Amino acid sequence: MNRRLLRRLYSDAMVGLMILAVVLAVLPLLLILGTLISKGASNISLEFFTRLPVPAGETGGGVAHAIIGTLVIVGAACLIGLPLGILSGIYCAEYPAARLAWVTRFVADVMNGTPSIVVGVFAWAWIVSKQGHFSALAGSAALAMLMIPMVMRTTEEMIKLVPHSLREAALALGYSRWRTSLTVVVRTSLPGIVTGSLLSVARIAGETAPLLFTTLGSQFYTRSLNEPMAALPLVVFTYATGPYEEWHQLAWSAALVLILVVLVLSTAARLATRRKFDLNG
Amino acid sequence: MAAPTTDLPAPALGSLERGHSGDRVFKALLTGAALAIPLLLAFLVYELWAGSRLAIDRFGLGFMTSSNWDPVTGEFGALPLIVGTVVSSMLALLIAVPLSLGVAIYLTEFAPKAVRGPVASIIELLAAIPSVVYGLWGIFVLIPFLRPTVFPFLKKTLGFLPFFQGPIYGPSMLAAAIILAIMVMPYIMSVSREVLLAVPNSQREAALALGATRWEAVTGAVLPYARSGIIGAVILGLGRALGETMAVTMVIGNRHEIAASLFAPGYTMAAAIANEFTEAVEDIHLAALAYVALTLFVVTVLINAIARLLIWRVARGAAAGSKAL
Repeated sequence: MNRRLLRRLYSDAMVGLMILAVVLAVLPLLLILGTLISKGASNISLEFFTRLPVPAGETGGGVAHAIIGTLVIVGAACLIGLPLGILSGIYCAEYPAARLAWVTRFVADVMNGTPSIVVGVFAWAWIVSKQGHFSALAGSAALAMLMIPMVMRTTEEMIKLVPHSLREAALALGYSRWRTSLTVVVRTSLPGIVTGSLLSVARIAGETAPLLFTTLGSQFYTRSLNEPMAALPLVVFTYATGPYEEWHQLAWSAALVLILVVLVLSTAARLATRRKFDLNG
Repeated sequence: MAAPTTDLPAPALGSLERGHSGDRVFKALLTGAALAIPLLLAFLVYELWAGSRLAIDRFGLGFMTSSNWDPVTGEFGALPLIVGTVVSSMLALLIAVPLSLGVAIYLTEFAPKAVRGPVASIIELLAAIPSVVYGLWGIFVLIPFLRPTVFPFLKKTLGFLPFFQGPIYGPSMLAAAIILAIMVMPYIMSVSREVLLAVPNSQREAALALGATRWEAVTGAVLPYARSGIIGAVILGLGRALGETMAVTMVIGNRHEIAASLFAPGYTMAAAIANEFTEAVEDIHLAALAYVALTLFVVTVLINAIARLLIWRVARGAAAGSKAL
């Protein structure tokens, strides 16, 4: 009897420890969001979004160039990464038994685990060192390389969820294979593919390491993809590690904007699937 | 899951004629995209190798065991970087593994239904925070907090160990490990949660029917079943920790030295690349950094391959188990 009580108490104590672990695990998120808002929000004004940075020592100024830079760099990365990722994902789902599908899937998993800084070195060796100057394009190439495996794998998983009977019905009605794929199978899993794409955009928008020695950063608006360009994550890094108090202020505000962008994108991604394509239901 | 689509009934002859060319173009397009991905990876390996050839030729494998890093004389050795990477990642796992397993077990086995989803999403949000934001928070919030409180406490209570001796700096190996632990926790948590969810209910029911308490059911029936998958989740977390760059660069102190004390600054492979690549002017310095990148790439590929294999084993086991029911 006593022994049984002890075992009960032990079980309850372990549950208590696990609840403690949950609290400890959730705490950092609350702390990080809390400090970001308390330190970053005060500095955010219209000026922050519309102006260029001022020389060190002066207050005010904004990061308009970095916001535009991030949009351009990420946009260019999407132009390369999304089509490649989605098409190869369709291939792996449509021809699951092909040897190439197996190889591509394996390579995508390898690429998914590759540190982003290594991809940055690759983009540097491929584009920057051969051209002899830093360019936004090299950064976009690195980011595209990071998003391809993510987009590919989610696309494949989403297409696999489409019931086989749907495909058979279309084929039985005389649809050709490619029309079945595009208008029936891909169409059905579109919300899932959108979710995967948005999530990958959210991830690469915050990447800093692959941009350090590819797009480099800049203090001005850049007109060409072939020049160094500013980006929000780079601004956060440069200003946070710089010596001036005004810079630290800007770093907090830029980080707050960055995290809002990332969180909005990833929440939107989750909502897109939940509404139309409920995976758990 | 998906049945092979190769042996579907042939469509009527007319549509076969019409659909043929479209199908061929479609398949060629898809195959091209699928082929591009392995080619890209091969290209990446080639470029990394070509970029580091100068350093590979000059230092060979001795690069891994030398701790001399001097851009002025052109002598480079990556040992402090490798040690720093391994130590910071291992420490991070030491902190993150019990926490994330605790959360994963609680969420799958004990938590009320209403708690499961929200808590899991909140923790997965941690994975969405960009690395550079963790670094910013580490510099201005975590280090100023640790330095006057946790570090002196550790020195006082565990100071007899060589790891907790010596002067206390702010940016240090320990600070980096703590940031890393926060960053890899969501990955380990969500993968081990999926693995635990794959354990068939009959395992739990059998243990409970034999009179086990709920905790005993977890340790006796659920965890052994999920063991290799959980190890896979941990190794996946290790892969993340090894390659993590920005947050580590910002809090580790960046010094090419191996110190016993965890309060001392250190360096990791990824941090060295991030810091020195734009400043490097000599070709051999750049090649040495590319060589570090190549090493990091090879290590993370191996680690990830092992992790996938282990997780795949549980997933397959689960499928077999559900068939048996």
